[in-house]
Amino acid sequence: MSKNRRQQHDAIVIGAGHNGLVAACYLARAGLDVLVVEKNDYIGGAAVSRNLYEDFTYSNCSYVCSLLRPEIMRTLELPKHGLQIIPYDAGCTMMRGGGHLALYDNHDALRREIARHSARDAEAYDRYSRDVMRQCKFIRPLLLREPPDPTSFKPRDIRELLYLSARFHGMGEQRMYDTLRFWTMSAADFLDEYFESEIVKAHFAGSSIIGTALGPRSPGSAYVLLHHYMGDIDETVGAWGFARGGMGSVTAALTSSLRASGGDVRVSAPVERVLVRGGRATGVELSSGEQLHARVVISNMDVKRTFLNCVEPEHLPEEFLTAVHRFKIRGSSGKLNIALDGLPSFPAIPEGCPALRGDMHITDTLEMMERAYDDWKDGRWSRAPYVDMLIPSQIDPTMAADGKHYMSVFVQYCPYELADGPWTDAKRQAFGNTVVDAIAEHSPNFKNLIRHMEIRTPWDIEREVGLTEGNIFQGELTMDQLLFNRPVPGYAQYRTPVRNLYLSGSSTHPGGGVMGAPGANCARRVIADFGRTSA
Amino acid sequence: MSHAWDTIIIGAGHNGLVCAQMLASAGHRVLVLEASNSVGGFAASREFSPGFVASNGAHFLHQFSDELTARLRLERHGLRWSAVSLATTVLGAGRHLRIQGALVEGASEQDAVRWQQLTARLARYAGFLATVQRAIPPRLGSVDFHDRWSLLKMGLRLRLLGRTDMREFLRIAGMNVYDLATDELDDPLLQAALGMDAILGSNFGPRAPGTVLTMLSRRAGETGSANGYRVPVGGVGAFASALAAAATAAGASIRTNATVAGIVVENDEARGVDLSNGERLSATRVVSSVDPRQTFISLLGTEHLDTGFVRRVDHFRQRGITAKLHLALNALPVFTGVPKSQLGDRLLIAPSLDYLETAYNASKYGEVSALPALEISIPSVNDHTLAPAGRHVLTAIVNYAAFDAKNGLPTARSTLLSNTLAVLESVAPGIIDLVSASEMLLPMDLERENRSTGGHWHHGDLAFDQFLMVRPFPGAAQYQTPVRGLYLCGAGSHPGGGLTGLPGRLAAEKIQRTDP
Repeated sequence: MSKNRRQQHDAIVIGAGHNGLVAACYLARAGLDVLVVEKNDYIGGAAVSRNLYEDFTYSNCSYVCSLLRPEIMRTLELPKHGLQIIPYDAGCTMMRGGGHLALYDNHDALRREIARHSARDAEAYDRYSRDVMRQCKFIRPLLLREPPDPTSFKPRDIRELLYLSARFHGMGEQRMYDTLRFWTMSAADFLDEYFESEIVKAHFAGSSIIGTALGPRSPGSAYVLLHHYMGDIDETVGAWGFARGGMGSVTAALTSSLRASGGDVRVSAPVERVLVRGGRATGVELSSGEQLHARVVISNMDVKRTFLNCVEPEHLPEEFLTAVHRFKIRGSSGKLNIALDGLPSFPAIPEGCPALRGDMHITDTLEMMERAYDDWKDGRWSRAPYVDMLIPSQIDPTMAADGKHYMSVFVQYCPYELADGPWTDAKRQAFGNTVVDAIAEHSPNFKNLIRHMEIRTPWDIEREVGLTEGNIFQGELTMDQLLFNRPVPGYAQYRTPVRNLYLSGSSTHPGGGVMGAPGANCARRVIADFGRTSA
Repeated sequence: MSHAWDTIIIGAGHNGLVCAQMLASAGHRVLVLEASNSVGGFAASREFSPGFVASNGAHFLHQFSDELTARLRLERHGLRWSAVSLATTVLGAGRHLRIQGALVEGASEQDAVRWQQLTARLARYAGFLATVQRAIPPRLGSVDFHDRWSLLKMGLRLRLLGRTDMREFLRIAGMNVYDLATDELDDPLLQAALGMDAILGSNFGPRAPGTVLTMLSRRAGETGSANGYRVPVGGVGAFASALAAAATAAGASIRTNATVAGIVVENDEARGVDLSNGERLSATRVVSSVDPRQTFISLLGTEHLDTGFVRRVDHFRQRGITAKLHLALNALPVFTGVPKSQLGDRLLIAPSLDYLETAYNASKYGEVSALPALEISIPSVNDHTLAPAGRHVLTAIVNYAAFDAKNGLPTARSTLLSNTLAVLESVAPGIIDLVSASEMLLPMDLERENRSTGGHWHHGDLAFDQFLMVRPFPGAAQYQTPVRGLYLCGAGSHPGGGLTGLPGRLAAEKIQRTDP
């Protein structure tokens, strides 16, 4: 039985990104006939392993795997389908002028390393990690729940609100205040409450700006910091890991899991529009003109792309459209994928230090990061960017041939639109050179080792992956776009104004990262609704 | 044990005076101690150049409610207005527009309509926030009836906004004013006018999330009066004098030139104060209107507090980045294109939101803005007592100047003065030649002049993490402190800075309720 060519499905998922696949897997396991349609000729969206130069494999979008919910991994049996996560055992931040801070898994080693910069900060570190973990523990159970609508009087919403307030209350008075403050303050202020050393603060502040159009001094950036800590690998909270074979392994395992449950993925099938009849989604029309029909359509595209490009405005209430237009989805990150002839040396880091195999950051101070953000505000890429780099081929020999290496370089900040006009090849190259120069300051042989380099600006990411403005989270993680406000107040429960059309992407709660929670939550909602309508 | 006073209030700023009047009316024997030679603090006026009078801090009244004005009988105690319901004229990039509440002149018809709608919507949210501002913040997790009732009321009032408004409020409350203004309005001057309301006196640029909250807080404060922006005859200092007269009439004693050196603690209870001249004054309770850090660290002493609390005091963010300019002018300046009749307005120099954000950038790095944003008052247009005949006083709130001046205070002061004059010259050519005396007060100067740590206009940033039940910090957010008999009543407490009188009033209410 060839499902690919069948014209009627229970559910069609638009976009084979990780959340779309997660949603599809859950639906297929619930017995639905699911087809995922993908515009590109490869599966994975932003979680891909691509072979773009010789025999190098690039994780050319997302590059770390830490947030993927363990519940999802277990239920969908991803390890059985080939997913293997290798945790980093260290990382580091390098400063201009030769100083560095290494971060180790081993608690004693870590404390000794922090004490090298400040004895007080080494003391404060335990307090810091206890407080951050407390917030993680508070929020993690909420990731796989639907945010309640605070304006609703429906029993389900009231029950969920009561659940939330009971959890909040359970923390005790002082912790409640700490939580209120933590969720709203800036990363810089938060870190100032613990640390004195610039490099220690700068290291931890890194995750507060990744993927977001905020600086470390912007209120709300402490939450973004937490967002990157919420993951856990093998029960180690906050651990970051690397997917063997590149990030494409995540989506490959999901695809395999989906096919094992009877679902399928069709590539090179860009959706032109969602078919709507009588206020209900009935299927999709591909750009080839082919129509595919289904009882449920799930869009894994971001909320803007879904409603501004693929649904005719007459099917949408005006306030909803206005809210979608106003949804903030800003490109702020760039990416370099580099094929290297050998392993670059970083003289500041002691030879053999495990930090060289983990994620390495380049930044000196919060001020440097804040100035990098100022550049973005002015419509140019950061002259001294924040760099998060990784050479996964050291741990995973499948990424490059023997002796060769693949380097993933994430760059904050890079704007979607430049103040001096559109992106051109020359500007893209100049952006790449800025980043390469920043790395070369720390690695004398780096430039000579470069064989190939893929430079991706937010504009490129939008064009290739389909993320509006190249925003890696499908929408800013600010207070006005979290929980019941994400993506649009009143539509935070994966449903949309068009009946039988759902959202499963990171535009929905709980947001971006290779987490899978939006997809899982969306599938649960669809199954619940479906159960009701077919009963 | 009997004490000479029921209540000693440290600091005769406007909140200290409001608190004094209310407690004295309730029968307390109240003594207010003020370190400087006159009352008012940030609301005092003084002669900065012979014959020219300017206020130390705020140069308009717009958040002091009519109800409180009447209750304190300030008009009977000498308060007169030289101007009320002042319009706001926004200048920049060779043009200007004029805002009077919901009405705007000089913008496109479309923007004028949008402004009207936006103003109406914001007024509803401000109305809700005003009820929050006027109540003692509830404690979380408390079993106390007042706390629970207060939380419940807050929730009900939020619901009463109706579904659409409640949703919109919950969305925009955490947003930045930059996005709100650009979503709603096209005119850069109008956008910047909204932006100015969010950033004046605060430590943010318009792109900082939470600036819609600061903007709404300002508007919430303004809901209590029908008279809008107004200036007292004799300057804002005359308002402080009227408050002092009201407090005195109610039976309170006020001593100026009386610097408090420390709070006396006996058996873990505040029992009076020591003055710097060695004199000890005893009282049943001590109420401090000075900033929290000074209260707890300098006056009380950390030995009376536990470490967790001291840490919270330490983390209270209270470094000002707002400066104040006073100019003595030989004649009324001419602002290009602005009719003379508008010069008594609240004048803003705020060409665009990006201009404000760029101005803010400097303050993050120990610098002063190259192109500062200004809120200007020329009070002498409506009040001839403030300057010699034919001459004028111009005062401006100048955004921004870092508290820690990287290149030293004198350099920062002179740089910001020349930058500000250059900005003024660009909208009022020839104004520099009219200047006969000038004074630029940086945050560090304001700290010294007003004896307020950090020189912060609001005694501490108004932001979500220093708002409501976490202002100034948990453990002291309901005006009570961990030390029995010691209370806070200054702008560091809920609802924060601005000439609202609310912290003073709510502290008095708290004392009457729990410790009459």
